[in-house]
Amino acid sequence: MILLLLIIIPLAGALLSWIAAARNPLWSRCIALACLLVDLAITGQIWATQEASGGRWLYRYKVDWVPHFGISLNLAMDGLSLLMLVLTFFLGALAVLISWKEINQRVGFFHFNLLFVLAGITGVFLTMDLFLFYFFWEMMLIPMYFLIGIWGHENREYAANKFFLFTQAGGLLMLLAILALYFIHGANTGVYTYDYFSLLHTPMQQETARWLMLGFLIAFLVKLPAVPFHTWLPDAHTEAPTAGSVVLAGLLLKTGAYGILRLVLPLFPEASVYFAPWIMFLGVLGIIYGGMLAYAQTDLKRLIAYTSVSHMGFVLVGAFSFNALAYEGVVMQMIAHGISTGALFIIAGALYERIHTRNIQEMGGLWSRMPVMGSAAMIFVMASLGLPGLGNFVAEFLILLGSWQANRWITVFAAIGLVVATAYSLRIMQKVFFGPANRQYVLPDLNKRELVIIVALVMAILLLGLHPQPVLNTSQKNDYVVR
Amino acid sequence: MSFADFISLGPLITLFTAVVISMLLIAIRRNHRITYAFSLLAYLMALTAIIPAMLYIPHTVPPLLVVDEFSLFNTGLVLTSGFIILLLSYNYFEEREERKEEYYLLLPLATTGALVLVVSRHFMSLFLGLEILSISLYGLIAYLRARERSDEAGIKYLILAALSSAFLLFGMALVYAFTGHMDFPGIGAALRQAGYIPVTVLAGFGMMLIGIGFKLGVVPFHMWAPDIYEGAPLPVSAFIATISKGGMLVVLIRFYVDIHGNDYSMIWWMLAIVAVASMFVGNWLALTQQNIKRILAYSSIAHMGYILVAFLSGVQTGLEAISFYLVAYFITSIGAFGVLIVMSSSVQDAETLDDYRGMFWRYPWVATVFTAMLLSLAGIPLTAGFIGKFYIVMAGVNGHMWFLLFMLVINSVIGLYYYIRIIAMMFKAPATGEVTYIKPSLPVAGNITLMLLTLVLIGLGIYPTAMMQLIQQMMKMIV
Repeated sequence: MILLLLIIIPLAGALLSWIAAARNPLWSRCIALACLLVDLAITGQIWATQEASGGRWLYRYKVDWVPHFGISLNLAMDGLSLLMLVLTFFLGALAVLISWKEINQRVGFFHFNLLFVLAGITGVFLTMDLFLFYFFWEMMLIPMYFLIGIWGHENREYAANKFFLFTQAGGLLMLLAILALYFIHGANTGVYTYDYFSLLHTPMQQETARWLMLGFLIAFLVKLPAVPFHTWLPDAHTEAPTAGSVVLAGLLLKTGAYGILRLVLPLFPEASVYFAPWIMFLGVLGIIYGGMLAYAQTDLKRLIAYTSVSHMGFVLVGAFSFNALAYEGVVMQMIAHGISTGALFIIAGALYERIHTRNIQEMGGLWSRMPVMGSAAMIFVMASLGLPGLGNFVAEFLILLGSWQANRWITVFAAIGLVVATAYSLRIMQKVFFGPANRQYVLPDLNKRELVIIVALVMAILLLGLHPQPVLNTSQKNDYVVR
Repeated sequence: MSFADFISLGPLITLFTAVVISMLLIAIRRNHRITYAFSLLAYLMALTAIIPAMLYIPHTVPPLLVVDEFSLFNTGLVLTSGFIILLLSYNYFEEREERKEEYYLLLPLATTGALVLVVSRHFMSLFLGLEILSISLYGLIAYLRARERSDEAGIKYLILAALSSAFLLFGMALVYAFTGHMDFPGIGAALRQAGYIPVTVLAGFGMMLIGIGFKLGVVPFHMWAPDIYEGAPLPVSAFIATISKGGMLVVLIRFYVDIHGNDYSMIWWMLAIVAVASMFVGNWLALTQQNIKRILAYSSIAHMGYILVAFLSGVQTGLEAISFYLVAYFITSIGAFGVLIVMSSSVQDAETLDDYRGMFWRYPWVATVFTAMLLSLAGIPLTAGFIGKFYIVMAGVNGHMWFLLFMLVINSVIGLYYYIRIIAMMFKAPATGEVTYIKPSLPVAGNITLMLLTLVLIGLGIYPTAMMQLIQQMMKMIV
C-alpha cells in the first residue's frame, strides 16, 4: 500500500498545485515541494530501516486491474528501485526549488506537469507488471513534452517533437515485444499474464528470445541514450527549462538503464550474452563519441547533454559485463550521474539567468565575480571527469573493474573515455570561469535558495564518493544478481 | 410479424416512428426547440427499447435481420452516439441561417439506416440500410446550402455514393449468381461446399469491397472524405466519422465471420493491402494539412486501417479489439468534433490550426478536453484510445501479423506527429494583435456533453475491465 501511496502523492499533488495556482502561485510551489519532500521522507525512512528486512523484496503490493488479460496493479520494491526512488524525489524536490524564480508563467500547469512526470517515473521504478510498465513509460512522455514545449528555450517545439517521436517509436517496439512475450508465455504455460515474476522463466526458442530482447533493448537504448539513437537528447536537454533538464538527465535517462537491468537482462539472459559484445561496443562508442562531441560544443547546456551520452555509455558497458562488480558500478553511476549532471544543469541554468547566454565563447573570467558558483561548478566538473573522492569515480572504477573480466579491449577503450572526459570537463572550467573576462559584469553570486540546492547536491556527491557502502549494500538487495 | 419480432426490433421501430411524428410536428408548427426536444426524446426512447429487446436475444427475423448481443450492443452504441451528436447540434444550428427543423428529420433517419445495417444479415437489408443512410446524408451534408463548400460536398458525396452503391449491387448480384444465396450464412455454406472461391464470386467480393470501402473511407476509396468533412456542417461530419463508418463496419464483420473470410487468402490479401494503404496514405496526407477537419478526416482513414489490422488477425481477440476500438473511436471522434462545434462561431467554423493558437490560455477547459481527445486518437495512456490500440496490437500479435504490426507501429509514430502538432498549437503563446473570427459561444449543454465524454474516455482508459467483459461475452456468441 505504501508503494501505491508513493505514486498517488505526486499525482494528487499535481492536481492540487494546478488548482492552487489559480489562487496564488506560491501555494502551487509549496504544495509541489511538500509532496516531494513527503515522498522523499517515506523512501528515506524505508532506506534507513531496510537493513533489518532480510528478503530481496522490501515491499510487494498487488491487486487485479484487468483480470481479463492478466493485468494487475503489481508493485514491488527492491534495493534498486529504492535507490532510484530516493534519487527521483531528491532531484524532484530540487527541480521545484530551482524553478522557484525561473518559472513565473503558468506556474500551476508547470508544477502539474513536473509532478506528473515524477509520478510516471516512480511508477516505472516500482511496477512489476509489464503492461503497467508500458503504461507508466508512456505516461511520463506527455508532461515532459509539455515541460520542454511550453517553458523551453527558443527552439523548444522542434526539440519537444523530436523527443516525443523518438521515445514513442522505441516504446511501441517494446510494446510489440511485451505482447509477444505475453502470448508465448500463455501458449507455453496456459497462463496469460503480464506478471514480471511469472514471465521471468518463459521457455522459448533462442531465435525468438533474441528478437524480443531487441524490441525491449531499442526502447531502452533510445531512452538511455546510446549512439546512434542519441540525437534527440542534445536538443531536448538544451531547449528544456532547467528543471526539465534536471529531470531529463537525472531521471528519465535512468529509466532506460533501469529497464535494461530490470527487464532485458533477467528476461532474456541467453540473448543478452549473445548480443553483449555488440552492445558493449555501442557503449564504448557512446563514451568516446559523446565525449568528443561534448568537447566540440559551444552551447553550455548542449555540452553537458553530450557528456550524458558519454557517461551513459559506461552504464551499457557495465550492464552487459555480467558480474556483480560492474553491476554495482552501474547502479552507482546512475545515481552519481543523476546528481552531478543535474547539478551542472542547475549551474548552467543559474548562469543563464544572470548573463542570458549559453554560449561559452561569450563567458570567461566569471570566477572572480561568482566564486561560490565557481567552486560549486569545479566540484561537479571534477565529479564528471571522475576525480577520486567523488561519486562518479567509484562508479566508473567499479564498472571498469567489472568489464575487465568480461572484455579487455572494450575496457581499454572505455578507459580512454576517461581522458576525453578530462578534456571536455576542464574546458568547461577554462572557458566559463577562468580566462580573460569578455565583458564587465556585476553579477550576483548564488543566493540562499540556490546555495541550499547546491550544498545538498555537493553533500550527496561527496557522500557517494567517500562512503559508498550503504548504496552498494542496498543495490545488492535485488532480484537480478549476476554471479 | 410476431410479437417477439416487434420487441426485438423495438429501437429501430421507435426511431422510425419518431421521424414520422416529427415530420407531422413540423407541419403543424415550426419551432426549433420543440423539434429538438422531441428528437432527443425519440433517441432516449429508442435507447430504452433496447432493454426489452434483450429478453429475446438471440432472435432472427428471417431472412433479413438478426438481433443478437452484438447487434444490440452496436444499436446502443449508434443510438448513444446519435444522441450525443444531437445534443451538440442545437447551438450549432441555432446560430445558423438555414431552416433548422428538417435537420431533425434527416439525422434520425440516417441513424435508422445505420441501425438497419447493424441488424442485417442479408444483402437486401444491407442495401436497404445503406441507402437510407446515404440518401439522408446527401441532404445532411448539403444542409447549410448557402455556405460555399456545402453544395460541393453534397454533390460529391451524392455522385460517389451512388457510384459505389452501383458497384456494391453488381458485386452482390455476382455473388448471388454463383451461390444462389443472399443471406450471409447461406453464402458461407455455399462457398464452403464448393471448397474454393470461383472467379465470379471473387470479382463480386471485389466490387462489394468498393462499395463498403467507400463508406468506410479506406484507401483507395477515400478521396471524398476530406472534402466532405470540410464542407458538411460539423455535427454531420461527426456523424459520418462515427455512425456511418461504424454501421458499415459492423455489417462487414458479420459478413466476414459468416462467410469464414479468413479461410480464403485472396480476400485476406485484398483487405491487407487496403489496410496498409489506408494507414500510410491517411497519416501521410494528414501531416501537411492546416485544416483540422481535414486532419480528422485523414486520421479517420488511418484509424480504419488500424481497425482492419485487428480484423485481419483472424483471432477472436481481433473482433473484440474492433468492438472496443470502435467504442473508443466513437467517443474520441465525437469529442473532437464536439470541441470544433463548441468553438465555432456563427460566422465561421473553427477549423484552421491558427484558430487554435494559444487556446489553452484562453479557454483552458475546452483545450484540455481537446488535448485528451487528441491523445486518445494518438493512443496515449490514461485514455480509451490507448487501451483500444493496445487491444488491436494484442490481437495482431496473437494472430502473428508481424508485418502489419510493424506498419501499424510506424504509422502510430507518424500519426503522433500531427496530433501533437495541434496540441502544441493550443499551448503556444497567443498571437498578439491579430483579430480572430473565433468567438465561441461555449453553450452549457455542449460543455456538459464534452465533460461527460472526457470522463468516459478517461474512465475507459483507467478501468476498461467491465467493457471488455461485455465485449468478450458478446463476441463469443457470434463467432
